[in-house]
Amino acid sequence: MRYLIPLGVFLVVVIFLAIGLGRDPREVPSPLINKAAPTFLLAQLKEPGKTFSAEDMRGKVWVLNVWASWCVSCRDEHPLLIEYAKSGAVPIYGLNWKDKREDALDWLGELGDPYVLSAVDLDGRVAIDYGVYGAPETYVIDQAGVIRHKHIGPVTPDVWKEKFLPLVQQLNREGASR
Amino acid sequence: MKRSRFRLSVPLALLLLSAIASFTVAQVRRPEPVKGDAALEQRLHKLSQELRCLVCQNETLADSRADLAEDLRDEIREQMKAGKSDKEIIAFLTERYGQFILYRPQVTPTTYLLWFGPFVLLLAGLAVLFYYIKQRRNLIEEQPLTLDERKRAEEMLRSGSRKETA
Repeated sequence: MRYLIPLGVFLVVVIFLAIGLGRDPREVPSPLINKAAPTFLLAQLKEPGKTFSAEDMRGKVWVLNVWASWCVSCRDEHPLLIEYAKSGAVPIYGLNWKDKREDALDWLGELGDPYVLSAVDLDGRVAIDYGVYGAPETYVIDQAGVIRHKHIGPVTPDVWKEKFLPLVQQLNREGASR
Repeated sequence: MKRSRFRLSVPLALLLLSAIASFTVAQVRRPEPVKGDAALEQRLHKLSQELRCLVCQNETLADSRADLAEDLRDEIREQMKAGKSDKEIIAFLTERYGQFILYRPQVTPTTYLLWFGPFVLLLAGLAVLFYYIKQRRNLIEEQPLTLDERKRAEEMLRSGSRKETA
């Protein structure tokens, strides 16, 4: 009995620490989940004369990936994105965040281009609307233009397989039955 | 032996010194470029001290030199120029970044634990302390002697004083 109380306190501390330290403090829950994706009208990276808007994607399930050539983790993520894009599961669009056009084009030329197209967010205004605070960040947006999921950091194969693919399939099913 | 220890301590001291030096260098901040009028900047500074930089997380938006913090300050600056109130700007930011951006999160059911937890802990601590002190007082309370014990004690005292006089 004498040891039971300290032992109990110890166990509680261990449990709290295990949960608390196991979490990634950089992952801030987004308030934008299940809200309409903020609209924007931006120039395209490869064809600056053309624009791209979130509205253009109405009726489709799509993925928006925030990237930049200065972003280190994006380099890790890039070959994975190319693989995901090749699988054809869902169209991936890029939001080129506060980048230089030449740098961004060099990057895509060197590493390959997984994006259907990339929109250029030169001053980071659109990124602020999307609550972006560190690239890469990736959004799944449904047919009605609602953000259904946000992933912070590189989309690893596990995340892709366990979160993105099932969600995309579910959204496509929902869209078909509607 | 003594020499080798000395030899080791020199690079260690240098390492420490350079660490201190680099730390102080890192502490030096570039001055904030002054944009526009002073009153607005002051208002911006005051508001951004309430806001968290999401990149560095433990720095306020006012102190941070991160690119994103600068963008957010620009955004706030423009909204202030457009005549938005502090409340509206905070609403704008929490809509996008969540309550996490506020250094003083609003009191909602999800933040009850955060706001009231320390006081609950304090009360619990006081209760335990009170209980403990009360129990302790019982432990050291004088127990009155029974009649038998009193007689024995008196006998002991009497025999003791006899011995002393003897």
